[in-house]
Order: sequence, then C-alpha cells, then structure tokens
Amino acid sequence: MAELPDDWEMVVGLEVHTELATATKLFCGCANAFGGEPNTNVCPVCLGLPGSLPVLNEKAVELAIRIGLALHCQIAPSVFARKNYFYPDQPKDYQISQYDKPINGIGHLDLPDGTRVLVERAHMEEDTGKTTHLGGTGRIHGADESIVDYNRAGVPLVEIVSGPDIRSAEQARRYAAELRSILIATGASDGRMEEGSMRVDANVSVRRGPDAPFGTRCEIKNLNSLRSVQRAIDHEALRQVMLLEDGQAIVQETRHWDEDAGRTQTLRSKEEAYDYRYFPEPDLVPLAPSDEQIDAIRASLPAMPAERRRTLVALMGEQATESQADQIASVVDQGIDRYVIAAAAAGVAAPLALARVANELAGALSDGGHLDEDTMVVLLQMEEAGEVSATQSKAVLADLVADGGGDPRAVAKTKGFEQMDAGALDAVLDAVIAENRDAWQRYVEGDDKLTGFFTGKVMAATKGQADGKAVNAGLRQRRG
Amino acid sequence: MSARRIAAEVAAGNRRATEVVEASLAEISTHDGELHAFTEVHAEAAREAARGIDAAVAEGRDVGPLAGVPIGVKDNICQRGRVTSCASKILDGWRPPYDATVVRSLEAAGAIIIGTTNMDEFAMGSSTENSAYGPTKNPVDHSKVPGGSSGGSAAAVGAGMVPLSLGSDTGGSIRQPAAFCGVVGVKPTYGLVSRYGLVAFASSLDQVGPFAQSVEDAALLLEVIAGHDPLDSTSLDVPAPMLVDRLDDGVGGLRVGLCRDLIEGASPEITAAVTASAELLAAAGAEIVEMSIPELHYGLSAYYLIAPAEASSNLARYDGVRYGLRVDAANVAEMNAASRTAGFGDEVKRRIMLGTYALSAGYYDAYYAQAQRTRTLIINAFADAYRSVDLILGATTPTTAFGLGAKVSDPMEMYLSDVFTIPTNLAGHPAISVPAGSDAAGLPIGVQLLGPALSEERLLRAAAVIEKGRS
Amino acid sequence: MSDPTPLSAADVAKVAVLARLNLTDEEVERFTGQLASILGHAADLAALDLSALKVTEHPLELINVLRTDEVRPSLDRAEVLSQAPAVADHRFLVPQIVGEEG
Repeated sequence: MAELPDDWEMVVGLEVHTELATATKLFCGCANAFGGEPNTNVCPVCLGLPGSLPVLNEKAVELAIRIGLALHCQIAPSVFARKNYFYPDQPKDYQISQYDKPINGIGHLDLPDGTRVLVERAHMEEDTGKTTHLGGTGRIHGADESIVDYNRAGVPLVEIVSGPDIRSAEQARRYAAELRSILIATGASDGRMEEGSMRVDANVSVRRGPDAPFGTRCEIKNLNSLRSVQRAIDHEALRQVMLLEDGQAIVQETRHWDEDAGRTQTLRSKEEAYDYRYFPEPDLVPLAPSDEQIDAIRASLPAMPAERRRTLVALMGEQATESQADQIASVVDQGIDRYVIAAAAAGVAAPLALARVANELAGALSDGGHLDEDTMVVLLQMEEAGEVSATQSKAVLADLVADGGGDPRAVAKTKGFEQMDAGALDAVLDAVIAENRDAWQRYVEGDDKLTGFFTGKVMAATKGQADGKAVNAGLRQRRG
Repeated sequence: MSARRIAAEVAAGNRRATEVVEASLAEISTHDGELHAFTEVHAEAAREAARGIDAAVAEGRDVGPLAGVPIGVKDNICQRGRVTSCASKILDGWRPPYDATVVRSLEAAGAIIIGTTNMDEFAMGSSTENSAYGPTKNPVDHSKVPGGSSGGSAAAVGAGMVPLSLGSDTGGSIRQPAAFCGVVGVKPTYGLVSRYGLVAFASSLDQVGPFAQSVEDAALLLEVIAGHDPLDSTSLDVPAPMLVDRLDDGVGGLRVGLCRDLIEGASPEITAAVTASAELLAAAGAEIVEMSIPELHYGLSAYYLIAPAEASSNLARYDGVRYGLRVDAANVAEMNAASRTAGFGDEVKRRIMLGTYALSAGYYDAYYAQAQRTRTLIINAFADAYRSVDLILGATTPTTAFGLGAKVSDPMEMYLSDVFTIPTNLAGHPAISVPAGSDAAGLPIGVQLLGPALSEERLLRAAAVIEKGRS
Repeated sequence: MSDPTPLSAADVAKVAVLARLNLTDEEVERFTGQLASILGHAADLAALDLSALKVTEHPLELINVLRTDEVRPSLDRAEVLSQAPAVADHRFLVPQIVGEEG
C-alpha cells in the first residue's frame, strides 16, 4: 500500500537513536556491552545512587562529533540538561540529555535519489535500563509486574532528529538505511537495529496536497527494522486518512507499532504527556570542542556512502544500469565497495568486479567470513582471463572465504579447475551437436532459447570445467 | 584537646589512638543521650581503626595528618556499608555500596570516623528539627536549637565529644550552626572539596566543609579533604591549599570590607561583636573599609527558587524502586507516590513542590531563569566588591540560637535565618564563621568572613586573628 | 519580567502529581499558602530588569571536563540488590506499569 488515496500526502519526520560504540558508558566506567548477566555492568553513577556524580566520556563526545560532521551539522558549544520524568527504567528519574544547546545543530542528509532531508539536531543523551514485563501477555498492557535491568542505563546515545521533509514510507526507509550506512561508516555505531543499537521513532501526519498546512501528528515507537519503518508509516498514514475521510479528527498521541499484528495502537495520549522541566545539569560543565579538535576529527573521517557511490558510478564508465545502481548501493551499504575499487585499479572490468562483489562475495561474507582485497582481485583477474569459469570462480571464492584467504590459483588447481584447451572443447561441442540434431536444427533456425540447453549439455559433459564464454563462442561460430 | 595536638602525639607514639577513641566514646555516652548529635556511633569500627593506627605507629609507618583523631560525619555523606539516610525515612536503612571521596580522604589521613551526625532531612532546614531521628539540642543551652542543617556536626564539636566533624553547606548549613554552637565552621570554595558521595540537595550550591573548635583545626581538616577529584566534574583542578602553615601570617596590609548588608537586621549584640572583630583586625594591621553590596538582598529570593528547583530533580530518584522505603501500591506510579508521601517530611515536600513549580512549563522563565540571572547579578556585585577589598566581614546570623520549636510553623521565618550566609553559596565563594563572644543569655555569637574564590588561606588567617584577639 | 500569576490550589494539586506526592486537601491548602508566601517574597526578583545578564548555569567557569574511555570495575550485584525493596531474577521488581512510557 504505497499510495495514499486521492490527493492525500503524508508528512514524516524521523527521530533516530543510535548507541555509540564506546568501551564504557556515557558518564561512568561501566562496560558498554550488549546482553550480559542482568545488573552486572552497574555502579553508583549509572544506578543513580545518592551522592554519585556523572563524568563525561571523551570518546562518546568524539563519536558524536563524527556523526555531526558526517551529517554536515554545525558543531556547537553544548550544555547537558536534565529531562525530568518518573519511570522505573530511569535510575535517577531524570535523563541527562541535551536540550536547547545540542552538540550538533542544523545539518542535512542527502538520499541516494538526491532528496535532501534536513537534520534539525543530533544531540547526546544517556540510555535507559531495560524493563521486562511479567505475567499477562508479556507486553506492557496487562502485565502484572515488571523487572528492571540497569546494564543499559547510561549507555551513550546520539539522537538524530530529521525535519518533516519525508513524503513517503519508502523514502523514510531509505533515509533510515542511508543514516545507518553513515553511522557505520563513521565508526560511531554498529547500526544493528535488531540489537537495538539503532532505534527509529516516526512522527507521521497527513494533509491534502503539498500546499496544505501540516496535520496533527502521531509519534510511532518500536520500529526495530527497516521493514517496520516502512510498514508502520504506510499503515499509520492510511489510518489517519481513513479517519479524516470519515470526518473524524486525529488525536495527537504516541502509538506503538505491533509488527506481528501489522498495526499501530495507542500508547499514551498527549493529555498524559509529561512536563519534562528541563534545566541545565548542574553536575556537568559545558562542552566546547575546539576548532582544532573538530578539524582533526573531520580529517580522520572516511568517505561517506554518498561519495563512495559516486566513485563506483564513475568506475562503471557509461551510465550505470538500474541493476548496477542497486548493486552499488548494496556494496556501499555493506562496506565492501573497497573490493570493487581495488579490482578496477588492477585493471579488472568494473562491471564484472561489481557483479561478483555484490553477489558472490557479499553472499560468501554474509556469515562473517573474511577475505583480503588482493586475493579477490587475483581471482577476478583469473576469471576475466578465462583461467576459471564463473561457476568455478564462485567455488574457489567459497573456499577462500572459508579459509580466511589463500592463493586462488592453488585452490583452483586442488579443485581440478584446470581450464580445458580449445581442442578438447571443440570435440565435446561437436559430439553434443551430433547427439542432438533436431534441437541443433531449431537453434540454427533461430530458437535462441536453446542456448542454455546446449551450454548445459557441454557443462555436464565437461563436469563444469568448460568456460561458459568459450562454449557460447563455439556455439555461435558453428551456428554460422 | 586540639586535633592537631592529638595527631602529633599519636604519630609520635606519645599517646595511643585507642585511648583517644575511648575518651571520645566516653564523652559521647555522657552527653549524647541528651544532645542527640549522633544518629549512629561506630564504636567497634572506631576501636578497630584506632588499633590499626597504633600498630602503624609502632611499626614506624606514616600515619597521616589526622592520625587517631575522632571525627563525626554528617548523615548525608556516604560511608560504605553504614546507614546513610540524610535523616530521612525514605532512606531508612540504606547502606551505600561505596564511600564518598571525603570519607576516603579522612581514612587516608588517619582520622577515625566515630559516628554519623544528625541533620535536617536532606539538609533542608536551619534547626536540625526536620530529622527522622528527632532533633539535636544546642550543647550550650539544651532548650535551643543547634542550628542546621549540620546541627549534629556542630553540636558534637561544640560539646567536645569530637574535636572535628564534617558538615555540608548549601545556604549556610555549616556556618549558621557553627555560630549557634560556638565553634568554627568553613564553607569552602565551590569545587575545592569533592562532592562525590555527598547526597545532593542543590548540586550547584552544595559543598562539604569542616567544623572544629579552633581555626587551626579547621584548617588542618580542610587541607585533608580539599583537592581535585576526577569523579566530580565540578571539582577544581588546583593544587591543594597550604593553610595551617600560613595561619600566623596575620592580616597586615589586607583591606577588609565591613559590609552593611551583612549586618543590618542583626541583633545589637551581634552587631557589636562584628564591630569588635573589625577592631581586632584593624589592631592587627588590616585596613577596615565600610561598604555596601545592596544586590545581596536578592540572595534569599534567588536561593529559594534555585535550591528547591535542583532539589526537586535530585530527590526524584527516591521512588521506591532501587533502595530505601517502598510503600506497596497497585501500580508503579502509585507506589512511587505512596513511598515518597510516606518517606519525605513536610519541609522536603514543600521544597520539592516549590522547585517542581519553578521549573514547570510556563513558569521557568519567570522563576528559575530569573533567579539564575539574579545569581549573575550577585556574582558580578561580589566581583566589583573584591576589586577594592580583600575580604568581607559581617554577621553569620541575625540572631543567636532560637528555641526548639520556635520557628517550625513558619517556613519563611526559618528561611530568614540564612539571609547572611546564602549569597556566598550563590557565588561559589568560601566563607568562615568564627566565634566572637556570646549574648546576654550566654548564647554563642559567630561572625562571618567572606572572600573571593580560593581565598581560604587569607580567610583563615583573618579568622585566626579574631580568634586570638578574643582569647 | 512581569509578575507571574498567583499560585492557586489547583496549581499545587497539579504540581503534586508531577512530583509524585499524594497531598490531602488540607495539605494542598496549607502548601498553597506557604508556597504563595515564598513566591511572593520572590516578587522582588520579578521587578528587576536583568535582561542584559546571562543565566548562571554554574558557579564555576569550567568547560570540557572529560574522562578517558576506560572500563572500571562495576559493583557487586549481590550488594546492589541487597538494598532493593523487591527483586526477581536478579532484577529490580516493580508493580504493574500502567500505560506510560518514556
């Protein structure tokens, strides 16, 4: 349901929380670790014990600035503030966050299709503990009791707030995906949504056409995959349109996305909203990174995904095809574009390198394997020179990744992938044609679908050792 | 006997720490049933620590500048494994799993924590009557309050049960009870003494400081607890002050401002004591300048918005979830409210309410922000004043100790007893209250010396001149 | 800065909810009077024109107080949980959380 009925338009802004990849928490020396025995990574500070005081982690500041620079934000002197609200997962019953003076001010993020989305701010704050609901359904509604683990309390977060610039659920998904790639590229986060290290909330409203004023918005929480982001926003926008077309009003509220049921439901209405009573955190002093520090961080930033995509597009020579564009986005997203760049630099045709990296290598590495760039380049050169067939190349690659490296030629030899000489292939081709005269006649008369049939017969006869390209060339030559 | 002499004799092996501790325990058992300065006495732990000091002396090891000196520690300073309750029912029985930095400093210096001292609940009060443990009495006159909020610490030193104690001062909570009990009390520069482990009342104002029977002992204790602490972001990274060795350097050449705004409204006997102190300083070579800082009059109003605002947030964590009192209820929100309602006393509730209101939507600018701008006004006024004087002299309190129960029904009347001490806290500056005689009823009078940030050495020198001049 | 509107009993009741304190009607009435008196005293501040002054956020002029990203020992869990009013499965146990969320 990508389309809203009639002239309705959705207006979406995203708030993305990302955990920072530090060794310790934001304000204390407890380990910033996922999982672990409950309440073992806790100390007076992150438990909010009376008398404890926060001290800011310098690495968290550096990573926050990396995010800000990658999003073209204004890096500014900042002040931490207390956001006051009672909740059992909040050990002090206030959260140390940044309010009117965030570390990263206005910036932007460009989507792959060129759309520019405003980034209003990207500020630092501490994470909460984790509440588990007992009894009832295991969800918050209907639970009898809850238990709290404070291991996550105080883990450093950066919250990236977009402007209301997003106009479709698909665009929201792309924004989240692009932001995720950027966060990974900066080294600030591992971007793992399934582990909660990147969490997305969406503010959704609808209006009649692009010139109408913004409608009443709802905030949707619990979007923990890119798929949820898209589905939930589509669902929520349609829900709002249906209510409005029915003459009802939208109630400003926070809604929870239920992935299994595929719908949103009320979590808290605005009447229950908190008065957060923000005020400057007196236990911390202001943060004012120097220009030198900011410049040094900027100099250490690697190329961001948009720039890396442009590099690959340029390597494709002429206009990249749609499938190549997808492959480019995919390899950049996975951080394996460096293989394509290395292969192209070594003279391998860029489209071949892109195709093999996007498909075969990505598949082989998906289970957490490793391969150095030079080894991949050598394998691609062997395939390009016809030393191994595409099928053989894939088998060699699987072995190389499984072993964490090796000499591609030695692996090919062990597997018996010595290329057939031309004479032997000619003999097999002639034998196959002789055994399938009727089919050959139809092929000669123009039935191209039979190319695959003959190639398959030759491959079977040679146990896969023939080079596919050489087989095709031989068939075309005999067809006349 | 003075702390400095005890430490010197213990370190020299001329006196055993175990004897010092027994003498202190004997004083406590004689007086504290009546005075109630202590919420808990750590007799066995103190004896054991004293044996450790004696053994170290016997082995010729370094025992520190407070070797064998018994000390009382206010009930809002965390002592690992010992009840630290801020004299509140909400923290009844709470045993912190960690020590405050100042507690570590005391132990490293060889001091022996002999007991935990009584206070107004969460340091909110000026009489030590707002305590879940019941009130402490003034050692000079048992019908009077000892002042507050560090009344237990002041009374313990005033009665001679311990030579030293630690208190905390947010708006006068060390200096006012020091004046009422006839002892020396110092509120150090904000950031000079670590707040790590001091249970927060108002974070931007709180500071730990010493009580002693003499300026010299106060200086000795302040040297021990001062210094940079990486666990406190607001701790100043400056060298530890040298105070004791400079105490006899006098006040020759110092300009001391006799500040009208810190005297007006004080009783005639207190005013006379301030004048007499000025004369002592002049006789010792200081130049006395009459001056006025009218902006100080706004201090009380600003303080009673800023301190409750911070307190309302600092005290949110007492919610019945992780430690302290829980009153069961059907859901978390009701449990939080039931626990807090049962656990906090009236004064604490009043200030939480006031602070919550001052920070709430629609009122923040009118109250909290305006109070913080007033704070800037006072800081600037002090800065101007210190361009022409080195120190400021005034009264510590408008009156001497008042009767138990006299002000409990009128919060505003109680707040006014801090009118002279509050401005210093707003500015983050140091100040000292030093005994300066007594009134017709025999109740102690304190005079107050104020100085700019990190002027402790100068302040204590001047206080020593007043102390010596009176003896 | 204009004088804020006077404090009402309704304000006090609302603030009590925010602060999670249960007040009886008598307490609401008493606190309204006492808080109004204290805020009335603060009216002298409202009369000041301080628009040219910055807001003091800290009595100190410190900036950039940071620590290195090094792991320090955490607390012993048994000691931490020994202070809790209620515990289940090594976690802090609380009653039902009703329709609210941070």
